Order: sequence, then C-alpha cells, then structure tokens
Amino acid sequence: MSLLQISNGMLYASFVLYLIATAFFGATIKRKKSTKKGFSEKIAVALTIIGFLAQLTYFITRWVASGHAPVSNMFEFVTAFGMAMVLAFIILYFMYRLTALGLFALPVALTVTGYASMFPSDVAPLVPSLQSHWLTIHVITVAISIGILSISFIAGLIYLVKFVDQSSRTKRTTWLEIVLFTLFVFIGFIIVSVSFNITGYEAKFQYIDGTREVTTVYEMPPIVKPHEGKALTSDVMKPWFEAPSWMLGKDAGRKFNTLIWSFLAGGLIYLIVRLIGRKRVGALLQPMLKKVNLDLVDEISYRAVAIGFPLFTLGGLIFAAIWAQIAWDRFWGWDPKEVWALITWFFYAAYLHLRLSRGWHGEKSAWLSIIGFAIIMFNLVGVNLLLAGLHSYA
Amino acid sequence: MDKIKCECGHVNPEGTVLCEACGKPIEGNQHIDGNDKKTLLNMRYEGSARRSKTYTNSIVDKIWSFFSSVKVGVWLIVIALIASALGTIYPQAEYIPPEAVSRDPAVFYEATYGITGKIYYQLGLHELYGSWWYMILLALIGVSLVICSLDRYIPLRRALKIQKPKRHETFIKRQRFFSETEHVTTDEIHSVKEKLQQQRYKITEENGHILAEKGRFSRWGPYVNHIGLIIILIAALLRQTPLLFLDEYVWVREGEQTVIPGTDGEYYIENKKFIFETYSEEDGEIYKEALEKQEAMVPKNYQTNAVIYKKKGETVAGADPELEVVKEAEIRMNEPAKIGNGFTLYQAGYQLNEFHTMSFKVHRTDDQNEKALGTFTVDMNNPKHEYELDNGLTVKIDQYYPEYELDDGEPRSISKFPRNPAFVFLIYPPNETKPEVSFVGIGKNIDPTNENEYKLGIVDFDMRHVSGLTVRKDYTLPIFILGALIFMIGVIQGMYWQHRRIWIHPKGNGVLLAAHTNKNWHALKQNIEKAIANTSIKIVEDQQELDKDVSKRGGES
Repeated sequence: MSLLQISNGMLYASFVLYLIATAFFGATIKRKKSTKKGFSEKIAVALTIIGFLAQLTYFITRWVASGHAPVSNMFEFVTAFGMAMVLAFIILYFMYRLTALGLFALPVALTVTGYASMFPSDVAPLVPSLQSHWLTIHVITVAISIGILSISFIAGLIYLVKFVDQSSRTKRTTWLEIVLFTLFVFIGFIIVSVSFNITGYEAKFQYIDGTREVTTVYEMPPIVKPHEGKALTSDVMKPWFEAPSWMLGKDAGRKFNTLIWSFLAGGLIYLIVRLIGRKRVGALLQPMLKKVNLDLVDEISYRAVAIGFPLFTLGGLIFAAIWAQIAWDRFWGWDPKEVWALITWFFYAAYLHLRLSRGWHGEKSAWLSIIGFAIIMFNLVGVNLLLAGLHSYA
Repeated sequence: MDKIKCECGHVNPEGTVLCEACGKPIEGNQHIDGNDKKTLLNMRYEGSARRSKTYTNSIVDKIWSFFSSVKVGVWLIVIALIASALGTIYPQAEYIPPEAVSRDPAVFYEATYGITGKIYYQLGLHELYGSWWYMILLALIGVSLVICSLDRYIPLRRALKIQKPKRHETFIKRQRFFSETEHVTTDEIHSVKEKLQQQRYKITEENGHILAEKGRFSRWGPYVNHIGLIIILIAALLRQTPLLFLDEYVWVREGEQTVIPGTDGEYYIENKKFIFETYSEEDGEIYKEALEKQEAMVPKNYQTNAVIYKKKGETVAGADPELEVVKEAEIRMNEPAKIGNGFTLYQAGYQLNEFHTMSFKVHRTDDQNEKALGTFTVDMNNPKHEYELDNGLTVKIDQYYPEYELDDGEPRSISKFPRNPAFVFLIYPPNETKPEVSFVGIGKNIDPTNENEYKLGIVDFDMRHVSGLTVRKDYTLPIFILGALIFMIGVIQGMYWQHRRIWIHPKGNGVLLAAHTNKNWHALKQNIEKAIANTSIKIVEDQQELDKDVSKRGGES
C-alpha cells in the first residue's frame, strides 16, 4: 500500500470517526442519568480526538508523499480547514467542557470536509509561485485561525437556537432558518456530487473565456450553461438558461450550475425535515440545548474570536504579505482574495470594538459571529465563483 | 478645573465617574458611563475622567469627542469594509486581463460588463484603493486610532496606578461578580490569600482589605496594537515618496547586457540564460494523474541566470562605462536576488522563443536546386537597412514586421517583439536601379508580381528567451515589519491575557467578595473557586446573566 493510499484511508477514517462522535455528543444531551451522560461524553471526546489524530496522519503522510505541504489546492485547503475546526473545538472543549459545542461543531466540520472531497484530490505539482515555505506557513496559519473563528460561529449558532423564541414566526426565526438552510445546501451539494459522480454523468460545453475558447465538463445535468456556451455533448438535458456575463470566476457556468443543484437538493432535504418534524428546524434543535448556559456560550463565541483574530492577522495578512513580497515583489496587491481577507479582518476588528459596549453582548454578538463566518465562507467559496483573481489554487 | 474630593480623601480630576482610589461613584457624574440606569457599574475605563466626556464646549473638544468615540471608530471600520468590498465587484484597472477587448479602462468596463461596468468606471471604483476618498478614509481611521487611544490610555493608567485595595462598599456591591459571607475567620482569609498567590495573583493589602490582581499589562494591549497600526499607516504614506520606494521593470534578452533602470546607470544586468521548465513524468509517479488531467504544460521553474555588474569610476562621455562583476545570481520566482544598494530583482515575466537572428539566401527563381547566390543574416533587434551580397546583389529591407499579422488584408505588427517576423525585401540585381519586391516570413514567401528573377529563402534562424525582471527598492519594508510586529505584540498582549482583580472587603465578622476582569469571566470564576476552596466564603454570583434577558426579550422560557 502506498503512502498516499494510507493517507486517503486515514482521511476517510477520520470522517467516519467524527460521524460516530457526533452521535455520542447527541447522546450526552438526551440521557437523563448523569453517569451515562458522563460516559458517552468521554466516548464522544475520545472519538473526536482519535478522528483528529487520523486526520493529522492524513495530513502528514500526504505531506511526505507529495513533497510539499498539503495546502496547495482547494481539496487540500478545505480539508485542512475542517481539520482546524475540529482542533479548535477540542481546545475550546477542554477550556469550557461544553458538549453541545461538539454536537454542532462536528457536523459543520464534517460538511466542510465533505465539501473539500468534491474537489479533485490528485496530488498536483506546485507551480513556481507556490514553491515557497511562506505559502505553507501562510495557509496553515490561515486554516487554523478560521477554524477557531468558525467555533465562534458555532457558539453563536447555539446561542441563537436556544435564545430565539420559536413560539411564533418572527424576523429572528426566519433569519435563523436561513442560516440553518445554508448548512442544508452544503449537505445537498455533497449528496448531488456523490450521486452524479457514481453515475458518471458528463456534459461538455465550449465557451469563450476572455478571448480564449475553452471546454468545460459538467458532472451534473446542465440547468444553466456557460455564458454564450455551445453544447458539445448531444444526448444530454437541454440547459434552461445561461450563466450571466457578470460571473467572472474561472469556469463560472459550471460552478453556478453546481450551486443550483446544491440549492435544489438542500431545499429538498430541508423540506423533508420540515415535513417530518412539523416544526422549524430551529425549533427542532432547541430542546437539545435546554441545559446550555447562554452566558457561557456567549463567552465561548467571544473567546474564539479573541484567540482567532490575532492568528488571522498573522496568517491571513502578515504571512500572506511576506509571501507576496517574495513571490510577486509586492506585499499587497488588492487582489480580490486579499481584499476579502482584509474585509474579514475589518469585520472582526469591528466585532471586538463592539464587544466593548454592553448592548452588543449576547444576541447581537451571536448574529455578528454568523456574519463573520459568512464572510469567511464567501472568501472561500464566493470569491472563486464570482470574482477573478490570482489565488488560482483556491 | 473643578477637582473632586472623595470621602476617602483622594482628589479626583474633573469628570471622574468612579473615585480613582476607592471606586466610590461620584455623584453627578454617573450618567457619563450610564451607571445611573444600571445596577452594575460600567468598569470599562475604571470610571476614569476622559477628556472626551469632560470637555465638550469648544470646537477642538467637539472634534476630540467625535474621534474618541468607539462608535465612530466602528463606523469608520464598517465604511472601509464596505468600500473595500465594492472594489472587488469588477477587477481593478491593473488587473484588466491582457487578452481583454481593450486595456483602456474607458472601453474595457462598458464593453465587458455593460451598463453596470460603465457606472463602475464612472464612479472611479476601478481604481478605488488609490482614490483620494479611500486614502481619506484610512487617514480618518488613523486619527481615530490616535485620539481614541490617548483619550483612554492616560486616565486609565492613572486610575490603575492610584487604585487602593480598600474599596468603597458600593463599588464592591455593584461588581458583576459578588458575594457576601457573614462569618469568616482570619485563617480562612489567610488561606484564600495564599491560594491566590499560588495562582500568581499579586496581593496588596490595606487595613484588612485585600486586592488580588493579575495581568494588568494586558490592559495596554489595545494601545500597543494601535501604535503598530499607526506605524503601518505612516509606512504606507512614506511609500508614496520616490526616495524610499522604487519600482521599475526591465526586459533582458539572453546573451544581452543592459542597464538596470532606476539605478542611475550604476548597475547592469547580463542575462546568461533564461530557464523555463515544466513538469514531466520524471518528476514522480505521484503527479502523474494530476498532470494527465491538465491540458497545458504545468510550469515548474522560471529562472534567469544573471550576472550583475556595477559601474567602476566616473563615466567618460561617449565611452562605454567600465564594469565590474558584483555577483552571479540565479533569480527564480520566490527567490529574488539582492544586488546591493537596496535593490532587489524579482523574476516577473518571460518571453519564450523570440527570434534573434535569421539567415537568408538568394537564388534564381528558376533554379530547381535553389543554389545560393549569396547569403545574409538579419539581427531581429537591429536590422540593417541594406545588405550587400558577394555576387553584387543588394538586398534592402523595405518593411519589417517583428510580430506579423494580417489585419483586414493589411500587414501590420502587433508588437515590437520579434515573435513572428516578416519582411518586405527589395532585391537589386547587379547594376540595376529597379528592385524586385519579395515578401518573406515564417512559412510565407510571396512574389507579388510573379515575375521575379530572384527568390529569397530562410536558411537558418536562432531563437532566444527574454526575461522580465522587476527592480525594487523599498526602504519602507522595515517600517511595515516594525508596525506589524508591534501590532502583533499588542493584540496578543490584549487578547491572550486578561486583567483580573479580586477584592476582599471585610464587613463585620464576614467579608464581601467581588471580582472584575476585562474578558474571560469563566476563568476568573474558576480562579476564585480554587482560592476559596475549603473555606466558608461563598462563591461569587454572576449578577449579570444573559439568561435573564431571555424571558425579558420574549425568548424561550
């Protein structure tokens, strides 16, 4: 068995372990008897740690096998992000011993890791601009920092699920449902990707990217075709419409099509859950958090930002600038991804200043932590879809 | 100046909210920090007298108050955030792709994105980050940083220096963490003190009143990181001056030597060889799958093997300067070369396979064997006007197209770089004044009249690569590094440590216990739990539970 196969096996193992751990975290909330609760909590934490170690093994073995740090393309980076989220959870769990955190953090980390696995996972050689130790340092620090900042989001989400009054429909319940729905979209994405992958679906299109004529391969039936695209495969579904011209990212048509499919699948799962539960998803989750102390959750959310913000500054701005200076002769270039890193930084800086005033603790902070995570995810997913930029690998 | 004397005897400056020494709320000033409407005291700046809250009459006071407000600071950050986001909607002017319809912003945005692109361009969003208003926004943030910090740091430092272990009872009771125990023995108090010391609290005492404090330095974190940010903003300003910052670009062909621009003729570079490598199967089995999926070659290395020369002595007008070798460098992407005097060279671009020379022969059109009557060689970057051949033929270059293209039937050159050279030659047979016209390029050999006696043919050519290098001098980098370093120290100091204080206030036979921290209350409570273990002292109650808000705001009961 090659090192790379061991590596992939370890990643798979960690995924399964997190899945089981989530179930045990669920049990910690349901059980009435305290001894049993303590037992399943121990198992859940142990499984999480073993899962993390497996994922760490994936990371190290892949590093050894490929000869460079596995943070050089979307698959590798998003996997590292999911791993960092689990690490951040483990750290904050041992600081605050809040099991509900695991119940929410692990599914999100699982979704992120699942999302990563949808990207090509081949070991690719590094183009000259990526051949730098500073890239490794920059990306790993960024992954860890956004992993920690994500825990702020998780805690904020827990806060809101518990806090928001579900007895009637309000603006709050609607927004919370939107946030939860987004998580369903990611799950939908994974499910449709896997399903169409198994069936081996393929539809080719030709379109103009700038002045070059390029071909793209859809792995899902084309609801939307590339802007001014021409179908090369004949026996496939006829696209309903074409991607708008303002979507500038590389291969925007295909990504937009995937997005639509994800929304459809996510929406379907969401509907099923709503139909079975006969309640808003927020209302379904709320009883699980009966014992959660809001003050503590608020503090965890803030603490995660307090820990993550300096790290993000270091990794996302300072190390990034050092690498950019060496690779591209300028430490700052106003490339969209750079600008969105700055926006993330601005946002959390504003958050930290708002925390100085009493009125911004609790609920408002929780909403902010969700916006913060949305900005991070936009930089990860949205920038690549909508905006053209230098960060080719991500 | 109306100083305020507290009942503890301490004289506070005007505008003080909580006595600097004993913490007693000063009557008439409680509205400043909003203490009049809350049960708990606002401890943010120790209730110290801030200039912005005390003097509000003159214009200067008003400006000071404006910029010292955190609210204003947050708004400035939010505006900067939104502005920055606007600039990413379409590419900035410098990122207009080379293959775009036009690299002229006036044309590009409208042509590519339609009406929204036109608006984007007309609003100047295509060069937003260099715009005057974005600069002003950053400058305002800078002003806010300075004023905010001064307004708070000075009184805060004073208050923390002056604070006494003996606090007023009101101050103790209105802390977020508070408990009251009726009967406590001196042994118990002694044990608590010891345990606090074990947790590295610094203990000060005054008539049985105890203050345990730790991590005060973390309170300075925000001011330290603001200094770092100010330094970064100053560095950005200095970078605008040509004295400290220089940015040039040089193209140098293999085998050629050229002066490095921006160095005042001090430095020269010779391009020995430009190396362009792509990944192949030899680079390892592991990359095989990834490489197969790529349609184009994956580049592996861009490298210029260069020799850097420095001018020796004074230049004599008209004469070539005398040069000495400074260093031989292999300049790669991610491995720039420092050449001295603050200059650095970066591998930034390349042009592969440019034609260097091309050799032609002339033969008779009707000669089946195409026997050469004469040959000549054209240097693509320095073509001669006229070539005299051995047998008396003369060839003149009428037109030279370095990068030939047929545009609507009209020949033209799309660049001045010899990537696809083509020529219109005039061949003068011996002793003739009327030339024959011939068009020769790569794969083209056209005789417009079809009556030419002589024909030209390409016999040989020589190609070479061209390397593009950025020349940089940036003396502001150390300032940026300093600013970033100070920022990081400050932000870590403020975020990873907390200022914790625990007060033990004797009352009758018992004690009042109160505690405050600027963040991480959870850990403070754990500290207290540890300290009061095995004593009758009650654990502090959190007097400000967010849970209480739930019922108030109509949340889940």
